[in-house]
Amino acid sequence: MSYIPHTAMETQQMLAEIGVDAIDELFRAVPPTHRFPKLDLPPPMSEMEVAAEMLAISEANDHAQDFAIFRGAGAYHHFIPTVVNHMLLRGEFYTAYTPYQPEISQGTLQATYEYQSMMCALTGMDAANASHYDGATSLAEAVTVALEVARHRRKKVILSHAIHPQYREVARTYHRGRDIRIIGDRGRGEIVDLMEMLDENTAMLAVQYPDFFGQIDDMTALADAVHEAGALLVMVANPMALSIFKSPGELGADIVVGEGQPMGVPLGFGGPYLGYFAIRQKYVRRIAGRIIGETLDADGKRAFVMTLRPREQDIKRERASSNICTNQGLMALSASVYMTLMGKNGLRKVGELNYHKAHYAANEISRLDGYSVDMSKPFFNEFVVACPRPIADINKALLEQGIIGGYDLGQHYFHLEDRMLLCVTEMNAKDEIDRLVEILGGLN
Amino acid sequence: MGEWKTPAELKYAETDEWFAVDGNMVTIGITDYAQDQLNDIVYVEFRDAGDTVDAGDSFGEVESVKAASELYTAVAGEIAEVNMSLEDAPETVNADPFGAGWMVKISASDLSPLDGLMDAAAYDSYCDSR
Amino acid sequence: MLQPLIYDIGSPGRMGVNLPECDVPKVELPAALMREELPLPEVGEVQVVRHFVKLSKLNYSIDQGLYPLGSCTMKYNPKINEDAARLPGFAQLHPLTDESGSQGALFLMHELQQWLGEISGFEAVSLTPAAGAQGEFAGILMIRQYHIDRGEGQRDLILVPNSAHGTNPATVTMAGMEVLELPSNNKGNVDMDALHAACEGELRDRIAGMMITVPSTLGLFEETILEVIATVHDAGGLMYMDGANMNALMAAVKPGALGFDVMHYNLHKTFSTPHGGGGPGSGAVGVNEKLAPYLPGPIVEIVEDGTADREEPVGATYQVARNARSNDGRPNGSPLQTSAGEAVEPPLYGFVMPEKSIGRMKAFHGNFGMHLRAYAYIRVYGDSGIRDVTRYAVLNANYLRAKLMQTYKVPYPRYCGHEFVLEGHFDDAEDVHALDISKRLMDYGFHPPTNYFPLIVPEALLIEPTETETKADLDEFVAAMERIAEEARDDPELLRNAPHTAPVRRLDEVRAAKELVLCCAPAKAAASV
Repeated sequence: MSYIPHTAMETQQMLAEIGVDAIDELFRAVPPTHRFPKLDLPPPMSEMEVAAEMLAISEANDHAQDFAIFRGAGAYHHFIPTVVNHMLLRGEFYTAYTPYQPEISQGTLQATYEYQSMMCALTGMDAANASHYDGATSLAEAVTVALEVARHRRKKVILSHAIHPQYREVARTYHRGRDIRIIGDRGRGEIVDLMEMLDENTAMLAVQYPDFFGQIDDMTALADAVHEAGALLVMVANPMALSIFKSPGELGADIVVGEGQPMGVPLGFGGPYLGYFAIRQKYVRRIAGRIIGETLDADGKRAFVMTLRPREQDIKRERASSNICTNQGLMALSASVYMTLMGKNGLRKVGELNYHKAHYAANEISRLDGYSVDMSKPFFNEFVVACPRPIADINKALLEQGIIGGYDLGQHYFHLEDRMLLCVTEMNAKDEIDRLVEILGGLN
Repeated sequence: MGEWKTPAELKYAETDEWFAVDGNMVTIGITDYAQDQLNDIVYVEFRDAGDTVDAGDSFGEVESVKAASELYTAVAGEIAEVNMSLEDAPETVNADPFGAGWMVKISASDLSPLDGLMDAAAYDSYCDSR
Repeated sequence: MLQPLIYDIGSPGRMGVNLPECDVPKVELPAALMREELPLPEVGEVQVVRHFVKLSKLNYSIDQGLYPLGSCTMKYNPKINEDAARLPGFAQLHPLTDESGSQGALFLMHELQQWLGEISGFEAVSLTPAAGAQGEFAGILMIRQYHIDRGEGQRDLILVPNSAHGTNPATVTMAGMEVLELPSNNKGNVDMDALHAACEGELRDRIAGMMITVPSTLGLFEETILEVIATVHDAGGLMYMDGANMNALMAAVKPGALGFDVMHYNLHKTFSTPHGGGGPGSGAVGVNEKLAPYLPGPIVEIVEDGTADREEPVGATYQVARNARSNDGRPNGSPLQTSAGEAVEPPLYGFVMPEKSIGRMKAFHGNFGMHLRAYAYIRVYGDSGIRDVTRYAVLNANYLRAKLMQTYKVPYPRYCGHEFVLEGHFDDAEDVHALDISKRLMDYGFHPPTNYFPLIVPEALLIEPTETETKADLDEFVAAMERIAEEARDDPELLRNAPHTAPVRRLDEVRAAKELVLCCAPAKAAASV
C-alpha cells in the first residue's frame, strides 16, 4: 500500500472505534448512483520500477547535461552551487507548510526575510514580497498594484513590445475582466515612442531590463517622463544582470518585478520558478502576496512573522486585490541560498563572466559571412543575430552537433524573421562558443 | 448592554461609523464598539481631500492585524478635510474614537440621509444583538 | 538559541563559492551603466551551510510528525519524487526546447492530464496554473468567456457559500465579476432556500455560476449536491468545484459525473507534491466538453498518432536512449517492441493552444517539477492504491473524530470526509480559545490544526490527518488533545502563554504591522533615492 501504513488489524480496531463494519460505510453521503466509480489508471508500481521509468522518460529529452545550450529567452542555464540543492533537500524546509504558526516556522520565516532583503539589495527597492508564481505573473500583479495606486481612475497600461512576449500574454489574461486598455506592445517602439503614449489616463508603463533582446537602454529620462505623467514605472529585470548593472531603483523605477530563476533554480522545463516583486516604501501596502516582517516575541526576542495579513484573500475575501496564497516559497529559498553563497563578490563575478562571454561570442559571430549581430546598444548575456537561413534549419544543424541553438524570434515578431536570440552564460566554455561559431560559419 | 461608549448627540450607521453635524459639515469616525471589535488598529487610509463622494461610497479603509474594514459615508458631498495625524498614529482610533480619532469631514450637499441613521439607543441595541 | 541574520555573520571579502577564471578575452564594461554597490552578504560555504541548517531546525515539518492542518492535506511527500525531479533530463531541460527534444516531458504531461481527467471525470485538463488560486482564476475566466461567447455577457454573478475558502470570492473579483454570498444551514450544507431564491428570482439572468468546495470546508459531503448542481444549471449557470478536498473523493465519486463543469486540483495537496514552506503548488484545471475549448494553454496533445498500443505499459515507449532518436523526435535506433514482439512507433506529442483559450496563466507550461512528482505518485499507487488513499484518509479522519468527540464539542453529527471541525473551547474554561489549544499542541510536539476556519464555526479547529499516519500517531495526538482539555480547566494560563518549548514564544504581530521592518538594514544601503 505504498505510503499508507495501516495493518489489517489496526484498520479493524479503528472501524470498531468509529462504529462501522467497513470503510465503505463512511461514504454514505455520496449519492449512491455516483458512488465508487472504477478508475481506469495503470496498476501500482514498485519504487524500483518507477525510478527506472522516470529515468527513461527523462532521457527522452534533450537536456543541458548532454548538449551545449545557447538558449535563454526567459529561462537561463547558470551554475548552481551544490549547497543550494543540499539545503533544499532538508525536509524541515520542503515538507513544511506556509508559516501560519510563526512559533514553529522561524526557519522559513527568517530565510524568506533574508530573501526579501537580498532582493531589495539587488533591485534598489525598499520592500519585496515572498514571491509570486513567476516573472510573468509578477508583472500581471504589478499592473494590479498600479491600477490600485491610481484608484482605478487611470485605465491605460503601457507595456513595451520588448518585454517577454509570454509575460505580456499573461498580463492580458489576468486583466481580461477589467475595463482597462493594454497598449504599446504590438509595435516595435523605442523608448521615445513609449514616452509619447503617456497621458493623464496612464496608470503605468513597463519596460524590460535588459529587454527581451538582451539590450540595455538608459531609463532615466523615461522614468522622469512617466512620473511627470503621474504614472508608475515598472521594470521587469533579470536579477543576474543586476549583479553588474545599475539597479532599477537608481534609474527611477517604482516597482521591479522579474523572474528569479537565474538565481539558483534549474531550467526544469519552465517551472517551478519564482516571480520576485519589489516596490518602493510608499506603495508597500499595495503588495499582494505574503510578506515577512521583523518583530519581537513575548520575551522580547527578535522573531519573524507574516505581516500585512489583512490584504490577503483569506481575510479580505472579495475585496482582496489578488487571490494569491501559495507562492513559490521553496524557490525563494533557492534564490536565498544562491545569493548568500555568491554574495557581493561572487555574483558580480558571475555577471562579468556572462558579459564577457556573450560579447566574445557576439564579436566572433559578427565576423561571419552572412551573419550580423545587433550591437547598436549595450547588452548583457543575450543578443540578436540575423542569420542567412531560417532559424529552424540552423537549429536543426546545430542540434546534430550537440548544440541547442538560439531562440527563433520570428515566432513572435514578424519583423524579426531569420533572427535568433542567442544566450551565452558562464556555463558556456570558450571551446563551446568556438564550436558554435564554427558550425554557424559553415551554414552561410 | 455592552461595555462601549455611545455618545447621545451622534448618528450611527449599521457599518459602525458615527456622524456629527455642524452646519453642512459632517464629521465621520468609527464607533467605540467598532474599534474594540477590530482590536489594535495598525493602519488607516482615506480618500483625498477634495474628492467628491456619493452617499454609500467608501471613503477609506482601516486595518488591524487580523481584519480590514471599509469605511462608508452616509452623506454625499466633497471631502473637506482628512485627519492626516492618524496615518502616523492609527492607535488614536482605539484610544479616542469619538475625539482625536475622527477620520474625515465632508461638506455635505444634502443632510437628509442622516435621518435614516440610528440614534445612540438604537445603535446600542443593534450592537447588543450582534 | 536565535540564529543571527546572514548579513551579521559575514566578513568583507569572504566568498561562498569559487568560480573559474574568464577563458575569453575581456571587453570593456560600459562604465556609465555599472552599479557601484551590491550589498549582498559575504559569507563562506561552511557558514552558509550552518546558517541554513540551523534555520531549518526552527521549523516543524511533515518529516518530523503529524501535521493535521485542515484543508491543506499535509501528507507524506515521497522521497523518490525528489530524486526524479533532479534527474538531468528534467532538471536541465530548457522550457523552450523544440518539441522533438522534449518528447519525454510532453509524454509525461500528457499522461498526467489523462489520469487527472480520469480521476475526476473530466474531458480535458490543463496543467498550466501554478497553484490552486490560479486554477480557480482560470476556471472563473473560462466561465465568464463561455457566457460572453453565447451572447450572455450580462451573467456576472458567481454564487459562493459563506463557508468557502477566501480565494473563491477573491478570484471572482479578480475576474471582474461579482460575488453573491449564500448562507449555510445548520447541517453545514448550502441553504437550499437561499439558493433557489437566487437562481429563480430576478437575478436569474445574471447568474454565471457557482463555486463550491466538495466535501465542504467542514469536511462534510454536501448531501444535496445533485440538487445544488441542477438548480444552478437550470438558471443557466456553470458549476465550479474547488478541488482542495479531492483527497476525500478519489474513486469515491467523480465530480465531472456529478455534473460539475470545471474544477481545479491541488497537486500539492492530493498528489503529495511538497508544500515547500509556502509553495510551489500546482493547480491543474479539469473541464467538461463545454469548457474544453477555453482551457488556459498550452496543453499537451498527440499531434501525430503512433502505432503504440495504449494498453502497453507506458514507460516501455521510452526505453530507448535519447541519442538513438532521429530529429523528428521519434525513437529509431533499436526498434521498440511490444510484449508480443511487434514494432512500435510512439505518437508525437506537442503543445497546443485550445481553440478559444483564455490565454496563458504563466510563462512556459506550468510548474513542471510538480507535474512529474504527481506523475510518479499516481504511478506508485496505481488504480487500487489511489482508491486506498481516499479510503484511508477518510478512515483516519473519522477515527480521530470518534476519539476526540469524547472530549471536545464536534458540531454536525455525521461521518466526515477527510477532515472534520471541532470547537476549540470549553463551557467551563471560558478564557481558553482555539488559538491557545493550537499553541499548546506545539509543546506536545504537534503542528496545530487549521484554526478559525471555516468562519461559520465558532473557535473552529479544522483537523485533517491524511492517510499516511499510523493509528499510533493518531492515538498520541488524541492523548495530547485530552491532556490539553484537562489543562484548560486546571491551569488555563499554561495554555494562554503557550507555547513554552518552541524556538520563540507568541509574537507581537501589532508591532510587526505597525513598524513594518521588511528588509535587513545593510541591504537597504542600495535602496532608493
